[in-house]
Amino acid sequence: MYRYDEFDETLVKERVAQFRGQIARRLNGELTEEEFKPLRLMNGLYLQIHAYMLRVAIPYGTFNAKQMRMLAHIGRKYDKDYGHFTTRQNIQFNWIKLEDTADILEDLATVEMHAIQTSGNCIRNTTADPYAGAAVDEFEDPRIWAEVIRQWSSFHPEFSFLPRKFKIAVTGAPNDRAAVRVHDIGLTIKKNAAGETGFEVMIGGGQGRSPFIAKTISEFVPRDNLLSYLEAILRVYNMLGRRDNKYKARIKILVHEVGIEEIRRLVEAEWENLKGETSVDLPAEERDRIAAYFRAPSFETLADTDTGYEARRFEDRDFRHWVRSNVVAHRQPGYAIVNISLKPTGGIPGDISGDQMDAVADIADAYALDSEIRATLQQNLVLPHVKLSDLPAVYDKLAAAGLATGNIGLAGDIIACPGLDYCNLANARAIPIAQQISDRFADLNRQYDIGNLEIKISGCINACGHHHVGHIGILGVDRKGEEHYQLTLGGRADDAAAIGEITGPGFSADGIIDAVDNVVETYLSLRQDPAERFIDTLERVGHTPFKENLYGPKAA
Amino acid sequence: MSLKAITANRLIDGIAVWLTPAGRWSESVYDARVAEDADSLTAMEAIAADATKACTVVDALPIDVKLEDGLPVPTKNKERIRALGPTVRLDLGKQADRLGKAA
Amino acid sequence: MALIKNGTQVSDQWLVAADDTPVQADIPTIVSYKRFLAERDTLVRSRAELGVKLVPGDDVSAIAADLPRLQVVALDFPKFTDGRSYSTARLLRQRYGFQGEIRATGDVLRDQYLFMKRAGFDAFQVKDGAEAQGWIEAMGELSHYYQPAADGTNAVWAERHAIAAAE
Repeated sequence: MYRYDEFDETLVKERVAQFRGQIARRLNGELTEEEFKPLRLMNGLYLQIHAYMLRVAIPYGTFNAKQMRMLAHIGRKYDKDYGHFTTRQNIQFNWIKLEDTADILEDLATVEMHAIQTSGNCIRNTTADPYAGAAVDEFEDPRIWAEVIRQWSSFHPEFSFLPRKFKIAVTGAPNDRAAVRVHDIGLTIKKNAAGETGFEVMIGGGQGRSPFIAKTISEFVPRDNLLSYLEAILRVYNMLGRRDNKYKARIKILVHEVGIEEIRRLVEAEWENLKGETSVDLPAEERDRIAAYFRAPSFETLADTDTGYEARRFEDRDFRHWVRSNVVAHRQPGYAIVNISLKPTGGIPGDISGDQMDAVADIADAYALDSEIRATLQQNLVLPHVKLSDLPAVYDKLAAAGLATGNIGLAGDIIACPGLDYCNLANARAIPIAQQISDRFADLNRQYDIGNLEIKISGCINACGHHHVGHIGILGVDRKGEEHYQLTLGGRADDAAAIGEITGPGFSADGIIDAVDNVVETYLSLRQDPAERFIDTLERVGHTPFKENLYGPKAA
Repeated sequence: MSLKAITANRLIDGIAVWLTPAGRWSESVYDARVAEDADSLTAMEAIAADATKACTVVDALPIDVKLEDGLPVPTKNKERIRALGPTVRLDLGKQADRLGKAA
Repeated sequence: MALIKNGTQVSDQWLVAADDTPVQADIPTIVSYKRFLAERDTLVRSRAELGVKLVPGDDVSAIAADLPRLQVVALDFPKFTDGRSYSTARLLRQRYGFQGEIRATGDVLRDQYLFMKRAGFDAFQVKDGAEAQGWIEAMGELSHYYQPAADGTNAVWAERHAIAAAE
């Protein structure tokens, strides 16, 4: 993984000192809240319902055991001994004091972490495939380019006061695990006919009040021109994006209003001009320097399988089930990708205690190559490089820490935003709905029978819980002081990304749990065979039978 | 006009607080001053504006309350959660510090 | 109002003229973009030192041909959160090669100083003397930059590989 050199280290420390000064000037009244707010947001600090919330970046989701231990330390020392992993490869602490924030950031800097640009109307933490460097289907590690983008976008002089926030995601595999089509810019690494590496560039995806799937602006941008192309897009957006209405300020609205052809023309013209100016594109030396940090770790030469692992799988049903749902094939023989579910039955999605963070760090140190850990868009964790022979030990240690729930990609693996329990913007609670659905599907055998099912819950239209792209999406709204929930079906965030459709009238907090159950039962009754996933059945038969079972034949 | 109280977050630590009859800020909603009429609310808003200017609190705003056993209790979901803590972690927030009785 | 230039507070020689104020030969004058476009032929022939003030949304390419005649381009920030003038400043320096003063006016705060400087601004109209001192302090807050911009400083990668700046 990437390691800071003297320049990165200096910059992150200087940024902490700068923010320490800004906090002092806020506390002594030199800065008004209006002036301070964009500054604290660009350092990841929100003011929420109960206290300040600090969002710490895990750039492109990659971190290690030492960094995880620091997160546990931050939770214990400055917060309430837990953290919350988000859908964008960040971790949030919910009970932070303004007066402690500079000390926290200083502690984070000692392990090469920061909260820079995790909020604000700037370029946010760039996200990537959590299986990067390990996935069987990958042709180039997207983290190289996510790190290139991290550096280019940090403290960018032109793009720190954009019309609205700006999110970029990168994948290096045809199976999209980074949800690139619902980002402001989505990048997919590909090769052209001449065998050169470059990017398909998609823009204008996003969720929120007006969800859009991104449109392709360029089929192929050569890799060495990526930054100038991004700079051209950002300049067009900075100049033309709407600033009169915060709900219409994202680039997706500009693309929608102006049209992708006109945006493409403007971007290409800007890019042509930029090519003749001081180039923001990296020289090969710097690209190679960054790429070197993402070389494959020192894998051992191993057999395709391991007898101890196979024996345990044969003997132990729970282990077998956990392997089936949480362990993914690795490109290197004898290794596996291990998913750690942060969705225990009835638990709070994405929450992890300080002791659990330490346990994951210990397991990563003992069994994961280079002690590497990943944070996923599904609010889970990944150990990307684990030997098959170590899987029984990893499983036992995870189980001892309460982290061996075998439900990755299943009904219990629910995404939920913090909702009204924590968030100032929320209209309804999301976590209790996730907990009740998780309890309803507590029987893992039933979950295995149902198979892949992505349930996503947001507590307001900002859609941090990604309900638009859930196979089953739930949106909490406030109806005359009562929490009320809309149901959508058919959304997906993968390479066939789609926005879900609202089924019809919404449901009460209790009713929505039954409604989800109802939808699942409809699927089970309609699927051709157990291999046909929920989303496939829905796309084959359409929404009508689901609506009929929810509302009765007439309403549908 | 429905009964009103004024809530804010303390600037230095962000903790949710309510304006008291003594013009201070309490971590318990039960200590909140309750405005029964517009004049009283205007006076409270002036105190909150001063406290905002003095960098004591931020985001001060009036909220609807009702009296239960003579104590002010917010009527809206969000304000109830502010006053008590997360409904999904009863060990955290005011409810855990006995500053708010359980919902 | 105070003017910060080249890291120090300087006295401002420029008159920001209302659109109906005549331009006098011996008074350096900044006119609005709208007026400049309307009275261009007269203004460029006048003997006064000239500046033009653009607000976000004004098209800088419309004055590109006249830039050699201008000593100052003022770019306004109606709100400090409106970042369009950063792009305009970079276009002036990097696309049109403007060598004169680029002045930030309006809601100009010290915490935006480093962004402005890197985008090509070299003069900053700030509220008063106390604030000016803060601006001078803000100049040293970061010592390296990840990306090249309009101020000619090397990007970190150029320092890493000891590559000379392209400009």
